[in-house]
Amino acid sequence: MTLLTAAFLTALLAGAITAGIPLLLAGLGEQLSEKTGVLNIGIEGMMLAGAYMGFLVAWKTDSVFLGFVGGAGGGMLVAAIMALLCVRFGLNQIVIGIALTLGAEGATAMLHYFQFAQTYPRLGAIASLPIPPLANIPVLGPALFNRPPIVYIALLLVAVFAYVYRKTYWGIALQAAGDKPAALDSSGVSVLGIRSVAVLLTGALVGLGGAFMAIVGAGIFVPFMTNGNGFIGIVLAMLARGRPLWVLGGAAMFGACLSLTTALQVAGVDIPTDVIQMLPFAAVMGVLVMLGRKANLPSALGAAYVRGAR
Amino acid sequence: MTLSSQPADDAKPLVSLKSITKRFPGIVANDSISIDFFPGEVHVLLGENGAGKSTLVSMLSGLQQPSEGSIMVDGTEMPIASPQKALALGIGTVFQHSMLVPSLTLTDNVNLGGAWWKTPDREAIATRMEETARSIGVEVNPTAITSSLSLGEQQQAEIVRALMRGSRFLILDEATAMLTPKDAEKLGQLMRRLVAQGLAVIFITHKLNEAVAYGDRISVLRLGRKVGALGPDELKSLGPEAATKEIIRLMFGSNGNQAAVTAKADGAMRPRINGAGTGAAPVLEILALEVDDDSVPVSGIELKIGAGEIVGIAGIDGNGQKQLAEALAGQRPVKNGRIYLDGQPIEDLPIGARRHRGLRYVTDDRLGEGTVGAFPVSINLLLKQIGEAPFWRSGIEQGGAIADNARKQVKDYDIRTPDIETPAGKLSGGNIQKLLLARELTGSARAVIFAKPTYGLDLNNIAASRRRIREAADGGKAVIVLSTELDELIELSDRIAVMSQGRIVGIVENDGDARQKIGEFMSGVAA
Repeated sequence: MTLLTAAFLTALLAGAITAGIPLLLAGLGEQLSEKTGVLNIGIEGMMLAGAYMGFLVAWKTDSVFLGFVGGAGGGMLVAAIMALLCVRFGLNQIVIGIALTLGAEGATAMLHYFQFAQTYPRLGAIASLPIPPLANIPVLGPALFNRPPIVYIALLLVAVFAYVYRKTYWGIALQAAGDKPAALDSSGVSVLGIRSVAVLLTGALVGLGGAFMAIVGAGIFVPFMTNGNGFIGIVLAMLARGRPLWVLGGAAMFGACLSLTTALQVAGVDIPTDVIQMLPFAAVMGVLVMLGRKANLPSALGAAYVRGAR
Repeated sequence: MTLSSQPADDAKPLVSLKSITKRFPGIVANDSISIDFFPGEVHVLLGENGAGKSTLVSMLSGLQQPSEGSIMVDGTEMPIASPQKALALGIGTVFQHSMLVPSLTLTDNVNLGGAWWKTPDREAIATRMEETARSIGVEVNPTAITSSLSLGEQQQAEIVRALMRGSRFLILDEATAMLTPKDAEKLGQLMRRLVAQGLAVIFITHKLNEAVAYGDRISVLRLGRKVGALGPDELKSLGPEAATKEIIRLMFGSNGNQAAVTAKADGAMRPRINGAGTGAAPVLEILALEVDDDSVPVSGIELKIGAGEIVGIAGIDGNGQKQLAEALAGQRPVKNGRIYLDGQPIEDLPIGARRHRGLRYVTDDRLGEGTVGAFPVSINLLLKQIGEAPFWRSGIEQGGAIADNARKQVKDYDIRTPDIETPAGKLSGGNIQKLLLARELTGSARAVIFAKPTYGLDLNNIAASRRRIREAADGGKAVIVLSTELDELIELSDRIAVMSQGRIVGIVENDGDARQKIGEFMSGVAA
């Protein structure tokens, strides 16, 4: 058991957080969309757009903060197309979602080819914000409490959404838009408005997750770098239904799997890397088999709302 | 709240429709309709399916806009551009299908529409909800999750919510259609209490007896036109009987009148084939039947139905009727007991084999399990024979045979469809029922089970359905009719069995005092 050293555990936990934050943001974003009845398959594309825009802005302005703003904006840009086509015009959410993901993959890969393929610029390491005295705890301290501020913000969002869903009028309206949009409409709240805002915010959250991968995780943008993270976010949201805390738990679990992949490789464990890399996805399927049955989704999920239609 | 329950002659209408016309592609749903609605009155809008009642409601509640004409509120012209606007004007609507979010508590359903950045004070709202409910004499539990409540309770909650939102003009759209008879009566009394407080209530229904019982004023719609109205004075002077006759005349014109009345007369004069099943061997025999079910397990069912006999099964909805029918049809496993058709046990046979032996089931879930809405009428007519000759040969569809069959049945059963290729889902409820009847009654049917055969149909189609049931029995079939409408069973049946909590608690011959005996069985006196 020479594997379980403090250094290994720290690396594992820190890696789990690094890998888990994009999943958390993707899951929270998808959860918001799904709550209002929009099955947002496009988040993989929004995430990729966020990663590209985040990297581009951070690199051009040399500001991490502006990079994250740019990433959120990039995600929102793709989300705006989704809101327009699926919410306003009522087009099929699955078809548009897939189209947006494929479109974003192509567009960012092409932009990358023209801008960065010759030079491969990298961003510097991101400054951490240690939280004394928690940062001094062995293993947990460096992994959890000596991280860039965006990590704390992402974790804080879990509490914010839990509060919004349970305590505010907006939370009630979000749930009604997904479960019985006609009831919300006849109460004088615009279903299309609620859904549009939710989809745009989803884009911002997911874009932030993508930007995190490019700016904090990799320090570089490469094509297709989100690598299915958005899709895992969709699974997380489906399993967590309306509960943000469950998204956090799921993100931590999948983050740990992803991190274990790296940690085991670094530790030189003699398992083929292909098998190790399969781990997170095998975990997704395992969890789905065990809990997928219980995923009770909003009843109007995936259905466009048209006033007066029966 | 100081208005008397009867408006004086100079009372001003709260809401007026002025020559409202609404066109949809291909049809005129409302044709130049003018109606005044007064405070302190239950105003009944009566009409058949498709008469334009729902369209009128959707314009009053802001869901749709009139093509022509105007709506006046408090004497000034006031377009109702959105549901929001309707609420602001004090127009509250309780739709036929619940407009509560099932996953939320009643309190949160009241909270729908609050300013999004605020947090609701749930306790205060719950208290206010209870108070409002008490003021109109009903009880609600504000913390209950909506989906755990009965339809009647949900409807009361919706009325309470409408009042909490300041409604003074309450529209109840087909409000009694989904309710048990008892809940429907409660709703009727509630309407009377609401108008006593000075509200205007619009009650949309196609049930004549409810219209006459609860209405102060009745407007009759037919094919999108207002064809007549009875004011409070006329209703009083006519009395319920004469008023009903007058309304039937307005609703159906001379033809429909005849159809409805003949149906009645037919029923009254139906020669009872008393003891038709006693001498000869019964066609359908059910022995000690037991059926598993989570909510209403069925047990101890014993019934013998002879050729040409109609056995009615009465009972309040949800007492095991559906489970029994499905077990007989083979859609639900039989736990114990036997079912004999023409002396042969069939309880272990699958659905298709039972159908081949001559057992037919006309479901009440016409759009769900009865038809495939997107399929054409012609295929729906053969839905239970797919793959069989002569309509399919070696797996290949025989278009000619299918079309011939469809044309014949459409004609024989008077199915009003633009074309045999029209998707079944586009037909009206009455015509979908005719399609089902055509499918189940043709061929070598021996025993037929009808589940709520006239549920949700208008008078003409009710008469047509009942005629088919009688014809089936007269043709020597054994017939079971499950219905929650006692009048229907008394009109049709030779014997009536009463079901309660999954058991048959009594069987009565349908003679003069059947109604009273059934009532006793239902309430448990004679059980």
